[in-house]
Amino acid sequence: MAALGLEEWHLDLHADGARRDEAVAQLHGLLVRAARFEVFRRRGSLPQLSAVELDELAQDAADDAAVSVLRRLHDFRGESSFRTWAYKFALLEAAVKVRRRAWRDREVTLEPEHWESLAHAGPGPDDDAESAALLEAVRDGIRTALTPRQRQVLVLVVLEGVPIDVLAERLDSNRNALYKLLHDARRRLRAHVVAAGFPEVNE
Amino acid sequence: MTGRDLDPTLKRLLGSNEPEIGCDECFAQLDRYVELELAGGPADALVPGLRAHLVGCPACAEEHESLRALLELDSVS
Repeated sequence: MAALGLEEWHLDLHADGARRDEAVAQLHGLLVRAARFEVFRRRGSLPQLSAVELDELAQDAADDAAVSVLRRLHDFRGESSFRTWAYKFALLEAAVKVRRRAWRDREVTLEPEHWESLAHAGPGPDDDAESAALLEAVRDGIRTALTPRQRQVLVLVVLEGVPIDVLAERLDSNRNALYKLLHDARRRLRAHVVAAGFPEVNE
Repeated sequence: MTGRDLDPTLKRLLGSNEPEIGCDECFAQLDRYVELELAGGPADALVPGLRAHLVGCPACAEEHESLRALLELDSVS
């Protein structure tokens, strides 16, 4: 039997015995490479960790990614190369671990009041009255147009800069669910601003 | 008022009214999207809503940048 091509070795992940073991080892090598790439790319947010500790973090991420890849092999449809598809699992695991580690000892105030001082992030003394009025409409919208949960997620993620994965962990939720809250909060806020007389804001 | 006139914080608060996909769908499509981008293909036309999501979601945007950078590194090594 001819050897599998460079992009076909992953088919052996569906096999049994030694063939599968070899393919799993090859997969793990790819995932370690991607996880190390991500961890060392973001090492600026983890100045307290040594190179050895960063590498341990990458290895943990690669191990978790391998579990995810093997569990979701049936999702691979060949719309990209297998390597690219597998890489994204390792990058996700590594990125989440880096963010959570960086925030591990930082308190997240789950009932933030920061938005009350939003004016500090808004127009300066040279800005016109329209900008000031828009800022006030946004503040009013945060106060009155959002549910408490939407306000919490919007303020913590956008104004406090809490990474969404860190917040998901603290709230026992997940990234997708929190982003949906954030998306809905933004939509309500835009509608509030339009109702206050400002034109729809577009990129 | 256009997005360009807005303070960056207000921009992040208000987001965009463009249709966008969520984080799970972004993850599901990210590999295909990045390969299309790197090949100069019509990534935004074939994966609608992903670009808008990257603008609104810093975490997914970081992972998009990383996948793109890793594939670019692979292509030269």
